[in-house]
Amino acid sequence: MGLDFSILAGYEGVLVQGAIWTVGLTVASIVLSLVIGTLMAVFRLSGMRIVRWPVSFVIWLFMGTPLLLQLYLIYFGLVQIGLDLNAFTAGVIALSLHFAVYDADIIRAGIVAVDKGQYEAARSLGLSHAQAMRKSIVPQALYNVAPALGNMMIALLKESSLVSVIGVMELTLSAQRAISDTFRPFEFYLAAAVIYYVLNLVLEQAVKAVERRSAKYR
Amino acid sequence: MSNDPIIRIKDLHKSFGPVEVLKGIDMDVAPGQIVALIGPSGSGKSTLLRTINQLEDVTSGEIFFDGALVNRDLPHRQREKHLNRLRQDIGMVFQHFNLFPHLTAIENVTMAPVLLGRQTKTQALAEARALLEKVGLSDRADYYPSRLSGGQKQRVAIARALAMNPKAMLFDEVTSALDPELVGEVNKVMKQLAQEHMTMIIVTHELRFASDVADHVVFMADGVVVEEGPPDALFRAPQHERTKAFLQQVFEG
Amino acid sequence: MDFALIAKVWTFFAAAAWVTLQISALAICLGLCLGFAAALASISRNVLLRFPARVYVSIFRGTPALIQLFLLYYGGPQIGLQLGPFEAGVIGLGINIGAYMTESIRGAILAVEKGQMEAARCLGLGHVQSMRNVILPQALRLMVRPLGVNAVALIKGSAIVSTISVVELTYTAHRYISSTYKPFEMFILASLFYLVIVSVVSFAVNRIDERVALES
Repeated sequence: MGLDFSILAGYEGVLVQGAIWTVGLTVASIVLSLVIGTLMAVFRLSGMRIVRWPVSFVIWLFMGTPLLLQLYLIYFGLVQIGLDLNAFTAGVIALSLHFAVYDADIIRAGIVAVDKGQYEAARSLGLSHAQAMRKSIVPQALYNVAPALGNMMIALLKESSLVSVIGVMELTLSAQRAISDTFRPFEFYLAAAVIYYVLNLVLEQAVKAVERRSAKYR
Repeated sequence: MSNDPIIRIKDLHKSFGPVEVLKGIDMDVAPGQIVALIGPSGSGKSTLLRTINQLEDVTSGEIFFDGALVNRDLPHRQREKHLNRLRQDIGMVFQHFNLFPHLTAIENVTMAPVLLGRQTKTQALAEARALLEKVGLSDRADYYPSRLSGGQKQRVAIARALAMNPKAMLFDEVTSALDPELVGEVNKVMKQLAQEHMTMIIVTHELRFASDVADHVVFMADGVVVEEGPPDALFRAPQHERTKAFLQQVFEG
Repeated sequence: MDFALIAKVWTFFAAAAWVTLQISALAICLGLCLGFAAALASISRNVLLRFPARVYVSIFRGTPALIQLFLLYYGGPQIGLQLGPFEAGVIGLGINIGAYMTESIRGAILAVEKGQMEAARCLGLGHVQSMRNVILPQALRLMVRPLGVNAVALIKGSAIVSTISVVELTYTAHRYISSTYKPFEMFILASLFYLVIVSVVSFAVNRIDERVALES
């Protein structure tokens, strides 16, 4: 069986639709992972052991295990506790949690690296600990670690292909659907790869642009 | 022994992009001569030194070493061979030592002669021990560079260059990165080499050392040779305003 | 927590962990070979070596590993490449991690000070001799840690071969989740094995790094 790329012709719509879902999935997960990651970082640095220890444990557990396994846990686990979420929501939660753990590690390092004098200056102006963190320390830390967070986002786009296994109709699963119609895996997976590659390039450029801007404020 | 210059530089030009850093240099160095290159930073003296063994290529002009044209226009592979051969005869010592950190002092010295088939391992070890003794470091032979002081590193670097039995030595601000109290031990080794009539070109900021050791001093500024001559004449009675200003600045500053 | 269930099935997980270990080890070996070759090619003066290396890195880092695996395993037969799941898993994962390892190795080589090459060349050593005797011995020490990070990422990433029905840890966990409806127990059980493997590898990498690191 040779290759015949004209087979793709009837399926542009399916692939484009899949790509749109991949973009939506990626953007939603990036935003949520940054929020959760920042909270985790702050909790992990918190003086209260009751929040520090569980958060540190989850970070350790998630850093040592595969995303795919976490995806199964969350998808089937949520059903188990009576939360029947659709696949897309489960996918976003799994991707966000997985990357939040890495983001938290990066952000924590960023917070620790912000000069102690900054914190003292904020406190001496009359800000509370929480205000000093929120208004001064965390924003600076986020700027400093923007490149590392950018790399996480780029990784997230590619890893989002994994949620196809729980039935989210993103790019990878769209390609699979077309393949079950046509029995042409090579053509369709290659087409999906090309689309991922282009999305990846676009995201890389966006991340670079943000890095350049954040570098200016340093 | 002929008195033909061992190093001859003719109308040498060198540009980095749009900036011309060497603007037509001519220089002869006789065998056994000790030349000090002095001048303000940015004058091009280090660049000139680095063109002699082609660490920097040149824009135009000619460099001869021991009668052979150094910057021959050759295809890449042949040029590499040609330079490898020439560089074996030109020792170089750097400001930042550039010792190989993964090798001990004596391994730094023996590596090149053994790899290049100049000496057997045994010969090279014996030779290296003699060289380390000469630079006063026989007791540091098995130390890694990280365990040596700056002055000791630089003396190992000199021994490493000498191990190839070079016909000339180039010194690129070799004491600039050293703590003041370590400068003397390196200078002493260089003086000893001078007494043995090693041909040397020394780029330096230390005018006192230059006047002590050199028999010819070249003052460079802005990519040209402003003035040259024996140290006594150049330091006591400089002819050019640029030279006077520079000497005044250095001795008062 | 259903400990009785865990006690009943853990041996299956242990057997699956062995498969994960094998597939990871083989893929890491393949990745290292590709990584070294591509890293050396990518810093070569010869554009015929440099360009393919850059393309390899760009393509395999720019697309999902899962798609690469599917293309190889399901698409392979269309271009005359019939591979079993295990072989496809090793090759797919190995080629993918090789692209990341290329960057780690290249980074380590470029991180060796410029003066080292100059010093070697000034002694009359050729480019290749200088690379082999001066640059690479130092770069090897610098690349231990980044390559360790790549290896750990690969061990976790090897879970994707469960989708082409290699019976490794994640495949086994997934199967028992579907049949027992005990996602937490199965997750914890599989996690234990992953955590042990990853911890041992990380520990080993740290020890090697400490052992070979050059004092500065």
